[in-house]
Amino acid sequence: MKKIYARPKGLYRNINGYCPGCLHSAAGKIIMSVLEEMDLLDRTAMVDGVGCCANNDNYMDLDAIGTPHGRACATASAIKRCSPETIVITYQGDGDLASIGLAETMMAANRGDNITVFFINNANYGMTGGQMAPTTLLDMKTTTTPFGRNPKEHGYPMDMCKILSALRGPSYIARVTCIDVPNVRKARQAVKDALQHQVDGKGFSMVEFVSNCPTNWGLTPLESLKFVKERMLAEYPLGVYRNL
Amino acid sequence: MERVFMKGCQAIAEAAIRAGCRFFAGYPITPQNEIPEYFSRRLPEVGGVFLQGESETASAAMLYGAGATGIRAMTSSSSCGISLMSEAIGWMAGACIPVVICNVSRGGPGIGSIQPSQQDYFQATKASGNGGFRMLVFAPSTVQEAVDMTYRAFDLAQKYKYPVYILTDGFTGEMMEPVVLPPMRSEEFLAAERKANEAWAVRGRGGAPKAHKIRCGTRFGVRCPLEQKNKEDWEMYERWKKDEIEYETDGTEDAELIITAYGISARIARSAVSILRKEGYKVGFIRPIKIHPFPEIAYEQLDYSRLRGILCAEMSIPPQFTYDVEAVVRKRAPIGTCLRSGGEIIERSAIIEAAKKLYGAK
Repeated sequence: MKKIYARPKGLYRNINGYCPGCLHSAAGKIIMSVLEEMDLLDRTAMVDGVGCCANNDNYMDLDAIGTPHGRACATASAIKRCSPETIVITYQGDGDLASIGLAETMMAANRGDNITVFFINNANYGMTGGQMAPTTLLDMKTTTTPFGRNPKEHGYPMDMCKILSALRGPSYIARVTCIDVPNVRKARQAVKDALQHQVDGKGFSMVEFVSNCPTNWGLTPLESLKFVKERMLAEYPLGVYRNL
Repeated sequence: MERVFMKGCQAIAEAAIRAGCRFFAGYPITPQNEIPEYFSRRLPEVGGVFLQGESETASAAMLYGAGATGIRAMTSSSSCGISLMSEAIGWMAGACIPVVICNVSRGGPGIGSIQPSQQDYFQATKASGNGGFRMLVFAPSTVQEAVDMTYRAFDLAQKYKYPVYILTDGFTGEMMEPVVLPPMRSEEFLAAERKANEAWAVRGRGGAPKAHKIRCGTRFGVRCPLEQKNKEDWEMYERWKKDEIEYETDGTEDAELIITAYGISARIARSAVSILRKEGYKVGFIRPIKIHPFPEIAYEQLDYSRLRGILCAEMSIPPQFTYDVEAVVRKRAPIGTCLRSGGEIIERSAIIEAAKKLYGAK
């Protein structure tokens, strides 16, 4: 018998604590299986953002460092420069990467620091109970936009792939999603390409996962996937935005 | 021994390099710009890394990352910049990362002034971030001391696996003085230390039996319950009271008046003490060399039956250091103050005048 699927080697054998239907676990599984395939598990240091992302520490058998909210790219840049042989990845949510850590993200990208950023965009602050994030869609209700996100009051959803693509520093930027099998395959390829850019010393790489948050969106897991497909992807088109 | 004429900030940076510092991240702020500028040209010569952060907040987060790889690393800033760094300083205390932080302080609160001041005493010794952590805090009063303390700070950071803080000021940082520079730490010494630090550093597990996890509530790369970590930190702070107290006294045995100060104010106060002695006043001098842990013992040893008072001189209004002195003196002697603030320098003549007033008050 041929084994065609197994739990990635780097995942601890415990049950993850993400909410039912949350795609964090899918992203984590993809990243760990690619690291295993590329034989990078022993060389990788993971820099966790704050929020649901920080849970990774409990699931991923990697050297890891938790960072102050938003500062993952700054910490990661320093680790990479002090230890160039280490594969340095960050794992951050939208509030972490695009709001409180916008400067750190932009400047690490602009410096072309040779790190790989995994950005989980679920359009809200999940861990704190579903407040508005920079990526919250227009009209979308959150606990701090109870009448929906209104651009006159709250501004517009921020497209980080486009924003970072305006810089000359990044070497690889892609947006993926894990809502179905074909997309999981594409996501896997993007993760692999991003990490290969780091291995090749090409500079800053980022993969954005357009993700879901069934709990705070008030949707069932399946409804949340539909919401990603119909609403999120309309605002955040998938694809490779930069590949130098 | 190499004797050179150097500006305080540059001397601090050179001392750090010689102590083995191989990473610096910082952000421009007066009066400490000569520190990042010096590192930016000196670190590449020794194979080190210089990073200009996009902010103090980011620079301190960079320091956290560098320290987590197990190399000797440092940042510097001034007052309001240090406030921005307090986020990652707390994380470094929370995660037990050995780094050195230097505050070349200026007037406050807020943006304050760019002139020298001692208004960050409480921040440095009691509340450098949230969560009630403490650090060893050096307070140099000359450029030579700034050099020697910077050099030692790296060893102490490694010894305790904890951030060490140097509180100096724009006066000492911008002043030029002759200094004897310490010897260069050998590459073998630093390599051996990095090797030892691999036991907890985050650089990829590289075949280690367990992955290292660094975050608030970890010790040596292993997670532990936060309360346990708080208790262990407290035990360390208590040990510091035995092992890390440093102070200087002069003529306290027969003193009728004590002048006490730290940092640059202590240098000015010391010269006031010698003038007063020549004039026949029995004046003693106490200077904390580290301001945390506070050298309570220096004040406990005084013969209060002879004392007419204790004069605290510091460049902070309202006073801060004075409160620590009051806390240990516990009303056993009258306490006077000689204060300047907001970037104004304390004058020797003002200390002499305040001392004479306190002397005659009894």
